[in-house]
Amino acid sequence: MDVQIRNLTKTFGSLRANDAISLSFAAGNIHGILGENGAGKSTLMKLLAGFLQRDSGEVLLDGQPASLHNPAASLAAGVGMVHQDPMDVPAFSALENFFCASPRSALPSLAVARQRLTQLNQQFGFTVAPDQPLARLTVGQRQQLEIMRLLACGVKVLILDEPTTGITAAQKTALFAALRRLTAQGETVLFVSHKLDEVADLCQTVSILRSGRVVGAQLPMPQPQAELLKLMFGQAGAPAPPRQAAAPPAPASAVPVWQLHQITVREGALSVPNLTLSLPRGCVVGLCGLDGSGQQLLLRLLAGRLHPERGRLLLHGTDVTRAPYRAFRAAGVEYLPADRMHDGVIGAMTLTEHLLLTSEQHGLIINRADARTQAETAIAAYNIKATPDTPLVSLSGGNQQRAMLALLSAECTGLLFDQPTRSLDVVSARAIWQRLLHRRAAGTTIVFASADFDELLAYSDLLLVFFAGRVSRLLPCPTMTAARLAELIGGVGFAEVAAHGG
Amino acid sequence: MDTQQILINLAAILAGAAPLIFATMGETITERAGVVNLSLDGKMLLSAMTGFAVGVHTQNVLLGFVAAAGVGMLVALVLCFVSLGLRLSQTAVGFVLALLCTDLSSFLGNSYVRVPGVAVPAMPIPVLQDLPILGKILFQHDLLIYASFLLVPLVWWFLFRTRAGLTLRALGERPTTAYARGVPVLPLQLFYVLLGGALVGIAGAAYTLDLKQGWSYRHIAGTGWIALAIVIFGGWNPWRVAFGCYLFGALQIFATRSQNLLPNIPTQIFQVAPFALMILILVLVNAGSNPTLQRWIEQLPAPLSKPVQQVLARLNTAAPAALGQPFRRP
Amino acid sequence: MADKPTTEAVPEALPAPAALRALALPAAHLLTSAGIIIGGTLLFTTLVLLASGTSPLEAYRLILSGAFRNPRTIADLIMLTAPLLLCSAGLTLTFSAGLYNLGIEGQIVIGAVLAMVPLRLLPDLPPPMLWLLALSAGAIGGMLWALLVGVLRLSTNVNEIFAGLGLNFIAIGITLYLVFGPWKRPGVASMSGTEPLPEALWLPTLAGIRLAPLAPIIALIGMGVVWFALTRTHWGLEIRAAGLNLAAAERLGVPAHARLFQSLAGCGALAGLAGALQILAVYHALIPNISSGIGFLALLVVLLVRSNPVWVLPVAILFASFSIGSIQLPLQLGIDSSIAGVLQGTLVLFALIAQGVRGRG
Repeated sequence: MDVQIRNLTKTFGSLRANDAISLSFAAGNIHGILGENGAGKSTLMKLLAGFLQRDSGEVLLDGQPASLHNPAASLAAGVGMVHQDPMDVPAFSALENFFCASPRSALPSLAVARQRLTQLNQQFGFTVAPDQPLARLTVGQRQQLEIMRLLACGVKVLILDEPTTGITAAQKTALFAALRRLTAQGETVLFVSHKLDEVADLCQTVSILRSGRVVGAQLPMPQPQAELLKLMFGQAGAPAPPRQAAAPPAPASAVPVWQLHQITVREGALSVPNLTLSLPRGCVVGLCGLDGSGQQLLLRLLAGRLHPERGRLLLHGTDVTRAPYRAFRAAGVEYLPADRMHDGVIGAMTLTEHLLLTSEQHGLIINRADARTQAETAIAAYNIKATPDTPLVSLSGGNQQRAMLALLSAECTGLLFDQPTRSLDVVSARAIWQRLLHRRAAGTTIVFASADFDELLAYSDLLLVFFAGRVSRLLPCPTMTAARLAELIGGVGFAEVAAHGG
Repeated sequence: MDTQQILINLAAILAGAAPLIFATMGETITERAGVVNLSLDGKMLLSAMTGFAVGVHTQNVLLGFVAAAGVGMLVALVLCFVSLGLRLSQTAVGFVLALLCTDLSSFLGNSYVRVPGVAVPAMPIPVLQDLPILGKILFQHDLLIYASFLLVPLVWWFLFRTRAGLTLRALGERPTTAYARGVPVLPLQLFYVLLGGALVGIAGAAYTLDLKQGWSYRHIAGTGWIALAIVIFGGWNPWRVAFGCYLFGALQIFATRSQNLLPNIPTQIFQVAPFALMILILVLVNAGSNPTLQRWIEQLPAPLSKPVQQVLARLNTAAPAALGQPFRRP
Repeated sequence: MADKPTTEAVPEALPAPAALRALALPAAHLLTSAGIIIGGTLLFTTLVLLASGTSPLEAYRLILSGAFRNPRTIADLIMLTAPLLLCSAGLTLTFSAGLYNLGIEGQIVIGAVLAMVPLRLLPDLPPPMLWLLALSAGAIGGMLWALLVGVLRLSTNVNEIFAGLGLNFIAIGITLYLVFGPWKRPGVASMSGTEPLPEALWLPTLAGIRLAPLAPIIALIGMGVVWFALTRTHWGLEIRAAGLNLAAAERLGVPAHARLFQSLAGCGALAGLAGALQILAVYHALIPNISSGIGFLALLVVLLVRSNPVWVLPVAILFASFSIGSIQLPLQLGIDSSIAGVLQGTLVLFALIAQGVRGRG
């Protein structure tokens, strides 16, 4: 199915997320849509999928105007989208998810759905067991399930939004093979990514968005990489994160920030057994692994928000195995979660109020004027786009992240950060890391989890790789490459780096 | 107690729990669709009163039930307008409606207090009623109570064995997903909340037109709250919810009977017992997800702690993930 | 560059209309809201009154003015407003903490029961001392009953709504047991309650009317303390933080669970104080209906004012005046006094609707 987009515009408040976009995609091809974070790629795709409603402009499918004013209309017209965070129901089984809200004509009964799922699995070499609860599937498998579901529903235009985030190398290979096969059957595939190599590998044309505008329309691939980078990032070109100078080695006599002795930590089905390591002062430790391999368990263990089943945990040489979170905070440990609005900050409260909440010495009665002054200082120092009285929920992601950093105590000696720059644009991400490295220079040890190899390799001094609940020993970052890291995450050669228990 | 008495008691439990079955099934459907209807207590009173009044005026039981279901739907409509349409707290609106409907029932039902009315006629089923044991327990009731027997498997089948039921559960689990798949989320939620409201309305009328056969001020106050608690106890699963209803019915029968058997125990203990039990049961249902309690259980002797853990794990069912959160179109 | 002067000129031109708009907007909102609330409530209750065959005008006249008819009704109004204020103040605490304390009725009841204990055991103490003891006992009773809700909610994860409701019924059961059992009147036990206290133990009243000035004074102090705590202290800020986002508050170092417990304890203490006042200043005995639904009425008050303590006082007086005014309806018009509840409930419902409409606009 051919897709033609004419003058599509979508605004959120004062932000023009899509500004008069005109593009056209020919049937039977894979079309790449490139752009940095916040360029408007996802918005455009959600407009096509009917998930968002356009303000103006029109979309033609095979030359006919299509309404696409809600997902039902888009699906009926043959446009389906695999969202970055797969839109499925965690409480259902794979088969139930496959069947849920499918048109009766496509899947008349659950029995037929089961057959069809098995058949599609075989056809594409996917590995989704029908009766597996969704919670047990990996992100990659959930994505496979969504693709199969959309195909079963008769979709002719398949949109994939950043499909390679959080999936294994093998899953990526299977995905690309499946997409190529689909175009051979006449499907149109729109492949949204910010990764140049993937687009080069897969797509026949590429279109580039920057700040909600088209800056390159269906350019035939291949294109010189430098050219694409220039289009994506403007004249400034691509920001290649400079490798940071390694931290000066801590004196051998210094007490490590954290020491773990044969610690086993468990939550639900996931456990990390028999962990022994020690994290020195003033370094950055990157945790990498597939989603849910145990990185978050370690972060929360170190923060005192999760207690070990067995073993001993020392903080600055003091036993804190059973100590409450408060004791960790008092010792200068802070934890910054991935989901800011969930348990990071209080969305309805202002920066001033947050500063009041976190101030260490305070009397009975609050001193608002004083806190406002502090807030103004923090806003200037951290370059936060807000007033002292703006509720944090109404800030952008990058500003929220900076606000969270501004709330850190000056005496922070250990910082645990889950996904420090997820969903931030390059400039914001750099600004965050500048702050973090500043802290490291002051002696703070930073432990962070990330899914972004570039980030891990650029900023870590030491790396810990997680694979299926097992943890590597501390690996010095300078000897590591992205390719090697990818292998380790998938378990290839993991035994060589695995920590020896005991 | 001889066998005969036991059979009579069992039959009384089944009959006594019938209104609760209607109310809890209605609420199960509502909550599975992601909406908490906290107005149950008042809504049941209002529909009980309305059903009774319509029955008195028309001398027609069926019309009474229709009116009661209508009232239930009307209250559900108000709830939907405020909580789904205007996206205000379902708890707040439900609570206000519960109080408002209670007072409305007292005010409008003033002239119907202890007035003779109509009642669902008894309808023993020929042949089946003569079955040994089962006949007495199951087949010497009236249509409403037979309907309550059928309602439980029907709701279960609908929720867990049909395409529409799967979509309904998706609404309560993750409405954004349902929306992305082309489901009209708000209209469907409205539909199921109204359906649930109708069942709750019928439950109210089941008291005044069948079980208690008459109307007086606030005579079933508290039942709605019990029904809401039973839905939690039942983990939003019709079979377990029904089990909760019958358990509660048995307790009530036991309480009235025991007053004669054990005259030394103050009657208030029996009146209060169901509510104390409700709290206790909610504690047990939640125990599976409670680390403190888990630690206590682990310290029990091994032969005891394992089965206790298993029972608690079975009792602990997660609520629909999006329960009580209004859907916002992206 | 050519644009620059004009872009700079705009802010110069803006202030006047912006200021006007800033003023006009809330005013317009206020008008819309008031229209929805008053119009909707009047329409609905009028329909209800017509359905019952009553003259709406006559009914409204009685409900609205009944409380202000003579010094005696005004005294009744004040004596109802006092416990209502205490409970509303308490509930602003729990609402700020994000808790629906539906167990407040039981907290009033247990407060009343415990207030009875010193009055029955030590009737020979000097009255002022006894009052102090009874009020303290009441506050402690309500607090303990509320903490039970807290334990159920925070340690065993039972929803506070159901824990509270269940405990309400249990509290009433305890009262019934006492009234019909150990504390029954010599001779016959009845729903009219325990033997009245000796008059010397009643809170002193103004000459000729049933107004005990101490009750409204205690209520106003209670309300003032809560207002100050919530808006001016760290403790209040932390309660609000815990109520808005428990996990984030904890992460930021707020002892969030403790704050939730404390908000419940505070609310329970105020409710228990209200219960003690019901004994000392209103009923002078323990009766089964000692709470008179004041707790739920206070919930309506707080839902209407949205935990904004400033508005608690006028709304509490208004609601209390409906309740007092409607007492004479059965005698004068032959209709049930529960129309007051209908009126109160409808007001809150339409206030919620107005708030929702405003939120959308």
